[in-house]
Amino acid sequence: MPEPLRARVVVVGAGPAGIAAAAVAAEVGSSVLLLDEAPSPGGQIWRSGSRSRLPATARRWLDRLHRSGARVVSEATVIDAEFPPHLIVDRRGRRLDVQADCVILATGSRELFLPFPGWTLPGVLGVGGAQALSKTGVSFRDRRVVIAGSGPLLLPVAAALVRDGARVITVAEQASRQSVMAFALGLWRQPAKLLEAGRLRAAFARSPYRTGVWVERAQGDGTVSSVTLTDGSNSWIEACDILCSSYGLVPNVELAVWLGCSLHGGAVEVDEDQVTSVGSVFCVGEPTGIGGCDLALVEGQIAGLVAAGVGSRSAGLRRQRAALRRIASRMEKSFRPRGELLHALEGATTVCRCEDVAWDRLEAVTSLRQAKLYTRVGMGACQGRVCGAALQLLKGWRADRVRSPLKPCRVGEMLVEKSSGEGT
Amino acid sequence: MPKIAIRIDGRRVETDEGSTVAAALINHGIWGFRRSPQGEIRGPLCAMGICFECRVTIDGEAHRRACMEICRPDMEVATDA
Repeated sequence: MPEPLRARVVVVGAGPAGIAAAAVAAEVGSSVLLLDEAPSPGGQIWRSGSRSRLPATARRWLDRLHRSGARVVSEATVIDAEFPPHLIVDRRGRRLDVQADCVILATGSRELFLPFPGWTLPGVLGVGGAQALSKTGVSFRDRRVVIAGSGPLLLPVAAALVRDGARVITVAEQASRQSVMAFALGLWRQPAKLLEAGRLRAAFARSPYRTGVWVERAQGDGTVSSVTLTDGSNSWIEACDILCSSYGLVPNVELAVWLGCSLHGGAVEVDEDQVTSVGSVFCVGEPTGIGGCDLALVEGQIAGLVAAGVGSRSAGLRRQRAALRRIASRMEKSFRPRGELLHALEGATTVCRCEDVAWDRLEAVTSLRQAKLYTRVGMGACQGRVCGAALQLLKGWRADRVRSPLKPCRVGEMLVEKSSGEGT
Repeated sequence: MPKIAIRIDGRRVETDEGSTVAAALINHGIWGFRRSPQGEIRGPLCAMGICFECRVTIDGEAHRRACMEICRPDMEVATDA
């Protein structure tokens, strides 16, 4: 087995939070290693695929990261971790060991998918998923797209797809008009945000943006061909080639949980310094609670400075963090999924896509543990990352525990540890 | 946009340099990438490495996530749909 890589600070995840943490820690002289699963840094929001045009903030931070001296290791998935910080990483099918004095977890978030009849049809994507595909080379030219979901993410995605030549048939926001208006009015102290929202809305001005509308079902033979939308009293069908449907974001907390960090309300609990309940493990950005890019950058910088031993320089950042967290909490309330979304399922609707578990098979089951034993729900390749959050809302079941490997890998990568430990 | 050639299910196709395998498949009209345990056709959902619905065989190695791999010249991609 090759010698482990060592650094004072190891950052997991190269989205805005991880980039900020790695850059500021390296700038003040710490040795920093930044691990990321994607082919290049940027995370989901700053993906630098073949067609993307990155915003100025992204270019500035990526330049700063490259100048900082932090070492970036891409295509690196953390599959196991021990304490004191020792990470086992799958890098293009090979094992890499990483040791650190402290770890900053910046593992981002994933989309919240709520099952409805037809959601397993190819062509049904996440809202962020469609954006990711567009940034990594999928042509949306002349494709008919329905976007149905929740939250501010709908606006940039609709704008980006229209720019890519898509015919955005409709943008459906599940939250009520009152909720959306109240959230927008609450942004009066952030005129830049309101201007940005207006600019994005103008970019898809020819497509309707409807509040209080959600997906009932999707139809298609082989791929999606239409979607039934509803406002609760009327339902209607829209023909489409692509349906983007997801209802906000879920923190990626698996690595934090595996390391023993406490959660609060599904997010990783952190103190004023972004330190988790496990000393020398920091957490920043979406895993500490969905808050968006600006908050992720601020939290990342605070953790980077503290980890590098110069936390006293972060007073201004702490004030920004408090203000941004207030916006995040209002956003969570305004765009919370409505109850009707949990009643879209029929008996035959697939809940767990990996193991093909239908909703009616979970009817009589009372706990997640029992459900796993009887049906293998949540035990497939995604390890419950897709159905877990839905089941929490549908059934009130919380994910019971996390197991290594944290992402599927080849058996050989796990075996190296045993054979070298036993000297064989 | 510079092009590179890959093979999809034995068929030689051109794709944009820098695009992911998922993008190459979709741009060639392929939305079904694999089958679920009960045989349902599936394609990408999250497009960010979480859902594992976009798995294909790349250069003989099964279960690679098409959304996470950049196309390389002469790459062999096999779907299972």
